[in-house]
Amino acid sequence: MALLNSCDLEVTFTKGSEHVQAVRGVSFEVAEGESYGIVGESGSGKSTVLRAICGLAPVTGGSIRVDGQQLVGARRPDFYRKVQMVFQDPYASLHPRHTVDRVLSEPLAIHGFADRETRVEQALEDVGLGQGFRFRYPHQLSGGQRQRVAIARALILEPRILLLDEPTSALDASIQAEVLNLLDRIRSERGLTYVLVSHDLSVVAHMCERLMVMQHGQAVEEMTRESLQARNAAQDYTRKLLTASLGYRAAQEEQAS
Amino acid sequence: MTDLLTVQNLRIAFPSRHGPVEVVRGVSFAMGKERLGIVGESGSGKSLTGRAILGLTPPPGKATAEKLEFDGIDLREATRSQWHDIRGERISMVMQDPKFSLNPVMTIGRQLMETYRTHRRSTRAEAHERGLEMLNAVQIRDPDRVMNAYPHELSGGMGQRAMIAMMLVTEPELLIADEPTSALDVTVQIEVLRILDRLVSDRGMGLIFISHDLRLVSSFCDRVLVMYAGQVVEEVKATDLANASHPYTKGLFNCLPRIEGGQRPLPILERDADWAL
Repeated sequence: MALLNSCDLEVTFTKGSEHVQAVRGVSFEVAEGESYGIVGESGSGKSTVLRAICGLAPVTGGSIRVDGQQLVGARRPDFYRKVQMVFQDPYASLHPRHTVDRVLSEPLAIHGFADRETRVEQALEDVGLGQGFRFRYPHQLSGGQRQRVAIARALILEPRILLLDEPTSALDASIQAEVLNLLDRIRSERGLTYVLVSHDLSVVAHMCERLMVMQHGQAVEEMTRESLQARNAAQDYTRKLLTASLGYRAAQEEQAS
Repeated sequence: MTDLLTVQNLRIAFPSRHGPVEVVRGVSFAMGKERLGIVGESGSGKSLTGRAILGLTPPPGKATAEKLEFDGIDLREATRSQWHDIRGERISMVMQDPKFSLNPVMTIGRQLMETYRTHRRSTRAEAHERGLEMLNAVQIRDPDRVMNAYPHELSGGMGQRAMIAMMLVTEPELLIADEPTSALDVTVQIEVLRILDRLVSDRGMGLIFISHDLRLVSSFCDRVLVMYAGQVVEEVKATDLANASHPYTKGLFNCLPRIEGGQRPLPILERDADWAL
């Protein structure tokens, strides 16, 4: 049975009499231990799917199940023991006036862990930051280090599912490689399940076994990593994305031919 | 070929408690009517280099150079009125994010016409006409609507195109584009590049393309300067980038994930303290 299941998910944002349907009936399943990618351009609704899973977006139709249990209404604390999220921008997702120690201790306090001290130390080691970072503030960290703290915060409750919303798009290429390697290593060590959202096909091809391409709030196509690598896209939109990812010159040639 | 722009030993320093800190340390290059890429990671000094050419080093930074010459004009000694004739007229700059570099309370049309009328004696009607023409040139389908739209009413790709139109309305000889496509989706990115490409080849414009995206730059520019810690560590022909000789360039190139699959874990860029000497 799939660990995470979304069936005809719909998300509609309402402001006054205006309705914006950001997600229009998206279904997918993610098995335990799998890494699933969602690719799309801005406004395609890919991040909204993740936020809907977390209870951060108004679900107006369909269902989301984690471990067979349907999620309804506000998420309860035990949900966050199972599912955690890493956000895109490490400059915005860490409280500027909280030290790393406080950022990492807070979820432990909320969930009533006793051995906070050792867990914080362990979490820092796990993401490749030493104890020297424990009492620093976010402004004393680089972008890559901040994202490591965000990953440590997500992992500290030992969740089974990690939702990753563009975890490396704000980082330099060399730092991106380090963070992707870290995420890869942690997944194989702990048997975690990932749902990774990205606009970058090469990141998804590297990280995920299966992926879904989204456009205008709908799923365009579901692919395996192998078919992506072989550039076997069934839909025009996916082909367009693949062409664009080749770079300028290659895309020009492709268009000419 | 005579050089359009010559930069020799450009240095930019910012004062700090421990004396001045140099963030650009001796950058030299010369360029003609070509597409020159400047690539580097954040903090490498690539954007400051671009801004220094226009004399826009943010205070309290100080830019010095042995030579900073544009078409025979010494930019170090340029007077106010000389700058007036250069900035926006002969050298233009496109910034990264249209959200922050367009005036949010002015329509696109007014901003376009303002640029044009600052540099050309013309009537409003002429300026309006030119504005529409430029919006057409950057392939905006509905130029009349865009002329009357405010920046927040446009998507990122449209905003960026409108900004390019604004920079090109005076037909500059050199365009400095600082991460012009980084905030855009890949498919829109290709379209914006196509527009820039056409402008370079059709109008014989010089282009400095500043970006962190090595793969994109190598597929678009003729020549690439790779910057690290304020210095140019390597200059390569864009097509030869895969065979670059400097370990930093190689490392940067290899640490990118590939759709076709590749190494796992990804090769990590090992920084050598010597590179920054």
